[in-house]
Amino acid sequence: MTDLHTIRVTVNGTTYERTVEARMLLSDFIRHELGLTGTHVGCEHGVCGACTVLFDGQPVRSCLMFAVQADGHEIMTVEGLAPDPDHLHPLQEAFWEAHGLQCGFCTPGFLMTLKPFLEENPNPTEEEIRLAISGNLCRCTGYQHIIEAVKLAAEKMRK
Amino acid sequence: MAVRYFGAKIKRNEDPTLLTGRALFTDDVDLPGMLHVAFLRSDYAHARIRSIDVSQALKRPGVVAVYTAEDLGDYWRPGPLLVPPPPVEGIVFNQRTQVPLAKDKVRFVGEPVVMVVAESRYIAEDALEDIFVDYEPLEPVVDIEKALEPGAPLVHEDVGSNVAAHVVQRKGDYEAAKAEADVVISRRFFYDHGLAAAMENRGYVAHWDPKAQFLTIWDTTQAPVVIRNGIAAMLGLSESQVRVIAPFIGGGFGPKIMMFYQEEVLIPWVAMQLNRPVKWIEDRRENFVATTQERYQIHKAEIALTKDGRILGVKDVFLHDTGAYDPYGLTVPINSQCTLLGPYDIPNYYSEFTAVFTNKTIVTPYRGAGRQHGVFVMERLLDIAAKELGIDRTEIRRKNFIPPDKFPYNNEIIYQDFAPLVYDSGNYEPALDKALELIGYEKFIKEEQPKLRAQGKHVGIGVVCYVEGTGIGPYEGARVRVEASGKVSVATGVGTQGQGHFTSFAQIVADQLGVDVRDVHIVTGDTAQFHWGTGTFASRGAVVAGSAIYEAAKKVREKALKLASEILEVAEEDLELVDGYVRVKGAPEAKISLGELAVRSNPLRGAVKPGTEPGLEATMYFGPERGATASGTHACIVEVDPETCMAKILKYVVVHDCGKVINPLIVEGQIHGGVAQGIGNAFYEQIVYNEDGQLLTASFMDYLIPTAMEVPPIVTDHVETPSPLNPLGTKGAGEAGAIPTAAAFVQAVEDALSDYNIEILEAPLSPNRLYELLHKK
Ligand code: FES
Ligand code: FES
Repeated sequence: MTDLHTIRVTVNGTTYERTVEARMLLSDFIRHELGLTGTHVGCEHGVCGACTVLFDGQPVRSCLMFAVQADGHEIMTVEGLAPDPDHLHPLQEAFWEAHGLQCGFCTPGFLMTLKPFLEENPNPTEEEIRLAISGNLCRCTGYQHIIEAVKLAAEKMRK
Repeated sequence: MAVRYFGAKIKRNEDPTLLTGRALFTDDVDLPGMLHVAFLRSDYAHARIRSIDVSQALKRPGVVAVYTAEDLGDYWRPGPLLVPPPPVEGIVFNQRTQVPLAKDKVRFVGEPVVMVVAESRYIAEDALEDIFVDYEPLEPVVDIEKALEPGAPLVHEDVGSNVAAHVVQRKGDYEAAKAEADVVISRRFFYDHGLAAAMENRGYVAHWDPKAQFLTIWDTTQAPVVIRNGIAAMLGLSESQVRVIAPFIGGGFGPKIMMFYQEEVLIPWVAMQLNRPVKWIEDRRENFVATTQERYQIHKAEIALTKDGRILGVKDVFLHDTGAYDPYGLTVPINSQCTLLGPYDIPNYYSEFTAVFTNKTIVTPYRGAGRQHGVFVMERLLDIAAKELGIDRTEIRRKNFIPPDKFPYNNEIIYQDFAPLVYDSGNYEPALDKALELIGYEKFIKEEQPKLRAQGKHVGIGVVCYVEGTGIGPYEGARVRVEASGKVSVATGVGTQGQGHFTSFAQIVADQLGVDVRDVHIVTGDTAQFHWGTGTFASRGAVVAGSAIYEAAKKVREKALKLASEILEVAEEDLELVDGYVRVKGAPEAKISLGELAVRSNPLRGAVKPGTEPGLEATMYFGPERGATASGTHACIVEVDPETCMAKILKYVVVHDCGKVINPLIVEGQIHGGVAQGIGNAFYEQIVYNEDGQLLTASFMDYLIPTAMEVPPIVTDHVETPSPLNPLGTKGAGEAGAIPTAAAFVQAVEDALSDYNIEILEAPLSPNRLYELLHKK
């Protein structure tokens, strides 16, 4: 359990080499080893979706994976979506305009779930949007403004 | 003054930081040499601690220290009483507050028993396995009715019973009213309210700097100033030696204003003991048992009416589960008692409650804070009365509304702020009318429902009304300052948990000073920036802190005008504040920037007039005389499948009166979020304890928070009766969405199942429970 492994993981385009315990969660690795604290942890049992990151382009729950499983893989976190707060990704812009966040704790997970979703389905129906985010919990917004934000983002990204 | 921002849908200033993952939450704090804490918690609801052996844990590499109650020495003492009982005659209140680590006895599953400090959280948790606690299990107190029977086991032996409190409040003479009544209806109601389940769990990080003799604490609290004062006192430090930072908080909803949590008291202490930064972050499993919750009440309620549906009086006797300790006093049951009266003109009221200690997690306010329970009882009584009297359910409500000319309206009982329950303002019919129109009440009842029923569909409608005491005192303060750059900084003592204060407060200031709303920088939740305050609770942030900010901004505006008038040699009346400048009306080229005025107001040489204060800065405080009463109507249409007992909400409408609205976008979001929590409380979320006092629903797999699949689109609208109690005319908006939801839902479900002729006297429902109700006969 406490045996050490050296892993190489590319996160947001930068490759990191670290030696970690086999049991270290990927979420802890991203947050505490790499200091990328935009990825949040809400439940650590795979339900809330706050810890969602892209793993070779696919959304995964980083609390349900070990860091060693990411050895040799590519990860994208919310920090990789936009270069800085003045140049937002259309998805982020849409969340801003539609008031798709309140406390913002769940938001990175929603964004990372939605990025591949909208790339695959640029013109989703409301039902499809609801289904796409049904694995992400938000306790603040009641989802309505998030859904509006997704519609707006789809529009922006189609342009 | 040009009002550009107040009342406008403005995008939030705080969002880019949050959206890019750059916002600092408590668990993001990382300090060199930081240690990590894990707690060993009780597995028993009620047990005597015979002995604790931590010797193996201490031997584990990486473990730095292990503490039991014994090891805390003088620091071990029960927490303070956060809210003393209100001054009600004949009140009984037995104060028993939580202790940092259990000594001799554990009183609920999850109560902390041993604290382990280690080089990493992983090691700290490993070490928990090494600890051996020898418990002698005791019979737990779980059911609140059995808890009061003679011979019941006692949560606190020294109290002599499980009574935490007993309160009677009266208005008029209920018994006399009952004697005159044509109809008296009495029922027994059960209402359970659950967990806040904010997406961010609690957490504390403490750093003691021995050279500077200074303690810094990052805390997921809604009330940083109060935490600072309390922690300083407990640790024997002065307030100026302690800085509490409540950074970005991932949702509060009430439990994050409970103080002082056991862990909250221990983390700063241990940081000082060990001279190292220390962090503890709650995990979700802990959150289910260790963070405070709300719980159930059992009401025996009675309503007396004339045959044409006028309420003559209401009597309500209820039991309230307060959990193992009562640090938050009686806020929750008092809210139930007071909010039951609703928007109705009820001349006679008798209300009596007993708060009961049980071997369960502590109960403190969670969004709505007991108001749900009261609203549910009153609204169900009216539904039953309407049926019995053959009156339309909306008519019986309309008939009993307090008329608009009766405000301020005195309910003659004492509210949670210790002042008499007086409604400042309100006008209830327009909200009801608007809601009926938006839901299409007439058409639904007359055309759609009969048609759908004929097709074998079970659809029903629910319409309920409520009031909500908001924006209570005592006070908040704010400092507004124009910087040399011309940007404005504002500091206030309240914490913020997603309510958009960075924006709504900026809107208030931007209007006063004629600057761009993006140039107003708000600091909340840092005691180094503002010394005074009480916290964000009872939907009071925008009302109380917002008013203080308004007053301070107004003062700065006066200062700016005065100084500009001297410099420009123009009378103040002829000046205006526009785009960051004070300029001469009609001659906009004659102007001076606010930044320049800020510099000029801080001369480095020469003499100033006596009484001159440097800087374009002002600090003001605001304390409302009493709370502002918000109100509204919720309506919904629900379809139930009697076979599976699944219920689907087809339409949901909220018409809300929160006085003047600063930012409609934010208020709408507050309502949506509240309704979603209300829907959870109505049908999905339930705290289930078994007879041993074990929580059976301690994960998100068992405690079902609504997802985007369960929350329907919500239609919102507003009516506006400005509050006369504050300069902005606002009322709180934070809790309204959550309060009457279950009452509306249950009414609609009952209506949908009218051919089964059932009466639903409880919430939450669930498919299983509904099935039982349908098939019990
Ligand atoms: S933290 Fe990973 S799903 Fe909740
Ligand atoms: S915005 Fe707070 S949890 Fe989603």
